Amino acid sequence: MKISDVKELLEAEVLSGEEHLGRDVFSACGCDMMSDVLAFAKDQAVLLTGLVNPQVVRTAEMMDMVCIVFVRSKKPTGAILQLAESSGIVVMATDIRMYEACGRLYINGLRGEKHLEHV
Amino acid sequence: MSEPLVFHFDVDGSDFTSAGTASVTVKKNLRQLGLPADVIRKLSIAMYEGEINMVIHANGGTADVIVTEQYIDIILKDQGPGIPDVNLAMQEGYSTATAQIHSLGFGAGMGLPNMKRYSDEMKIDTELGVGTTVSMRIWIR
Repeated sequence: MKISDVKELLEAEVLSGEEHLGRDVFSACGCDMMSDVLAFAKDQAVLLTGLVNPQVVRTAEMMDMVCIVFVRSKKPTGAILQLAESSGIVVMATDIRMYEACGRLYINGLRGEKHLEHV
Repeated sequence: MSEPLVFHFDVDGSDFTSAGTASVTVKKNLRQLGLPADVIRKLSIAMYEGEINMVIHANGGTADVIVTEQYIDIILKDQGPGIPDVNLAMQEGYSTATAQIHSLGFGAGMGLPNMKRYSDEMKIDTELGVGTTVSMRIWIR
C-alpha cells in the first residue's frame, strides 16, 4: 500500500511530507503509548495515534516509520510538523477514530507489525 | 575508523519536550557513518528509552556513546533516586511513572525491558539516593 492510499482510506488531510506520498508502507501500529510502539519492530510502518507531542515524531523516527496519522481530529503544532519535516516523515490528520481508522487499513491489506523475534 | 568515535550529551531533565534529541543526533551521525540499518535502529531505540527514563525519573543525566569497529557502547548516567528493585523494574508493565507521564505517552513499564530487548548486553548499577548507570552494548555484525 502507498501512503497516498492511507490518505484516501482515512479521508485524511496531509499536514507535512506531501512529496513522500508515493512511498510504500508494509505495516501499521495504532497506539497512544510510545513505549508500546517501541517494543515492536516495524517495516516502513504507519503510526496511528491520538497522542500529540514531539515524542510521537521521535518515536516514529527511532523506529524508521514513514508516516504518522493523528486520529480523532487531533492536530499537531507547528513545532511537531517541523520535526517531522526534518525527518522526512509524512504527517496527516483524520476525523476518524482509532478503531475505525485501524480497521479501514487492515481490511484493505495493511497488516499489523511483526514481532521482534521475526526481524 | 581505528580510534573509537565518542559522543557525549548532557540530558536536560527539566524539559520533556526536548527529551530524545541526543538519540536523534546519534542516529543521524551513525547513518552518515554507513553502519547497518538494524544496528542503528537497535541502538537508537535503546538509547531513546534510556534518555526518556532519565528525564522522567532522574531529572536528567549524561549520555555517552562509544563507537568502535566491533561494537557500540551506550553509557547513561544519572544522579537520580536509584532503582529500589531492579528485577521488578525489569518486568514489562511495571512502572512508577506518574499519571502526567502516562498522559505524555510514556510510563507503560516498557522502558527498561525495551532497552534490554534492543541491546545485546545490558548492565545496571544503581544505588538508592546516589544514582543509576545503565551500560548497553550492541555488536556490529
